[in-house]
Amino acid sequence: MMAATDTLAAPPRAATRPTPAIRRRRRPGIGNVVWGVVAWLVGILFFFPVLWMVLSSFKTEAAAYTNVPQFVFSPTLAEYRHVFSSGVGSYFLNSAIATVVSVVAVLLLGTPAAFALSLRPIKKTSDALFFFLSTKMLPIVAAIIPLFVAAEAVHMLDNVWTLVILYTAMNLPIAVWMMRSFLLEVPSELLEAAEMDGARLWRSLREVILPVVSPGLAATALICAIFAWNEFFFAVNITAARAATVPVFLVGFISSQGLYWAQLAAAATIATLPVVLAGWVAQRQLVRGLSFGAIK
Amino acid sequence: MADVCYDEATCIYAGADRPAVDALNLDIKDGEFVVLVGPSGSGKSTALRMLAGLEEIDAGSIRIGGRDMVGVPSRDRDIAMVFQNYALYPNKTVAENMGFSLKMHGVSKEERQRRVREAARLLDLEPLLGRKPKHLSGGQRQRVAMGRAIVREPQVFCMDEPLSNLDAKLRVQTRTQIAALQRRLGVTTVYVTHDQVEAMTMGDRVAVLRDGRLQQFATPGELYDRPVNLFVAGFIGSPAMNQLNVDVDAGALRVGETVVPLSAAQATAVAGLSRVTLGVRPEHLSVGGGELKLQVDLVEELGSDSYVYGHLVAEPDTSLVARAGRGRFRMGETVGIGFDPGQLHLFHPDSGERLGP
Repeated sequence: MMAATDTLAAPPRAATRPTPAIRRRRRPGIGNVVWGVVAWLVGILFFFPVLWMVLSSFKTEAAAYTNVPQFVFSPTLAEYRHVFSSGVGSYFLNSAIATVVSVVAVLLLGTPAAFALSLRPIKKTSDALFFFLSTKMLPIVAAIIPLFVAAEAVHMLDNVWTLVILYTAMNLPIAVWMMRSFLLEVPSELLEAAEMDGARLWRSLREVILPVVSPGLAATALICAIFAWNEFFFAVNITAARAATVPVFLVGFISSQGLYWAQLAAAATIATLPVVLAGWVAQRQLVRGLSFGAIK
Repeated sequence: MADVCYDEATCIYAGADRPAVDALNLDIKDGEFVVLVGPSGSGKSTALRMLAGLEEIDAGSIRIGGRDMVGVPSRDRDIAMVFQNYALYPNKTVAENMGFSLKMHGVSKEERQRRVREAARLLDLEPLLGRKPKHLSGGQRQRVAMGRAIVREPQVFCMDEPLSNLDAKLRVQTRTQIAALQRRLGVTTVYVTHDQVEAMTMGDRVAVLRDGRLQQFATPGELYDRPVNLFVAGFIGSPAMNQLNVDVDAGALRVGETVVPLSAAQATAVAGLSRVTLGVRPEHLSVGGGELKLQVDLVEELGSDSYVYGHLVAEPDTSLVARAGRGRFRMGETVGIGFDPGQLHLFHPDSGERLGP
């Protein structure tokens, strides 16, 4: 926009010179260069630990420890082999069950709640919303002992389904708030039109409302999946050998014999991959979801 | 097709201190095009939504084809509605949008396609059937919304300001198209608008609402010629009817120094009053040839003719507008104006109700 205005405002060129078909791009000013450098520095600063983790995962344990960090080294998959042979599979399975089942449960429970709180509001709607949010105000540490005692009482310690329940409860308020904000963007006439066309509520939801909010649904699912996948506090406190998840597995590498950098890096890289993949797959939906109101 | 009857129909929103629609009575004949018109907050949209089943009927009833609609859900009323923002299903194509209600009513796929094509032909939508709403222009979306309504062949069409999202030119064009389409299909139609020109040009009859109450329900001509009160008089017509508070003096009106004679019927109607509100439409004031002196404040040239705005020299706080031929008058000049005694409207100074014929 700026460039176009500048071009229009520029003095006319000499008549002998033909007007170029392509407009010359505006040359960046010194300010822009500075901002560009700052942006790159900040970007590198944020990305460097991740890069370092991935690089270290391809090193030998000895190479990972060198005091002057090595950028050039001969890559090896030895540490990955070691991680896989140490039984990461069951941890992954636990994480996958806890994440997938809890996300599905959150969407199944949260979407109708968000629907009611956005398109069918009642007098106490804001109270209900505040209640949902207030459950996130209690520090988890304060709840862990009662939760532990309760889980023990029903013989569900070290059980992946306990994690499913906890993760569902943990993510539900966020999902309701997120889904509600997406549903608020849906014009209420859409639902009315569907009703007048003869659709019952469930049919209108499925055929009219859900397709419209599917980007929001994807964004909500991804956020909940990330939270569940990365959750550590519950997992470390109420699981042991059987139900432990990937974050617990990672911590296992910080052992009493010291830190196994390369192994830890390899394990952490593996642990990161599913979330990165999910984010990559959901990228388009996610951007549409997060900028839902802007592009309606 | 069916007749529609509002019988003391009332709607009260929770927490409101007065009803949004207050004991509305309307008798709409089969096949009639009725326009509900009024300023914002007059309850016209609410009245329409009550008919559509989107608002509760808190008291009274609404009957469609003699059947009481209290407690009947929208989907069972056999009504189609065109919304102001069209409310097209964004994820469905034009054809799917139009066919959705038929699908919901279990119409076979072949029959659905046939009826959608038929409606599309009627509205010039055939080339657009495969498109999604976001790839349509405003006018096209409006036509799809119309198509979605007519494809159902419902008993009643409800239209809630369907033209207000179109630009001025397209609005005028679509206005005539909708009116023509309705006459052709013969489906009873209730149409809501705040635009009195739309109301006057489209409706067989027009219901003027204010603060949830029906003011007048009549043909456009009657609304214009015989408004029942000052509100209707001021709302219908553009520029609005001139209103002057004048003295009654022995069966005649005294405006400034001028005496305006009244007919016998008018004189009877104002008997016993010392003041009345006189209403005169701009086109019924003759400019340049009367006893009253008007100081011209502004002249609006419209091309075909012009509107002269000004105030009476004798009573500076009045304000009048008169229609005149083009280019005859200038700002600042003083001109004579005259009344046509046969075209005067008299209203009660306090209640605003019409007096006399």
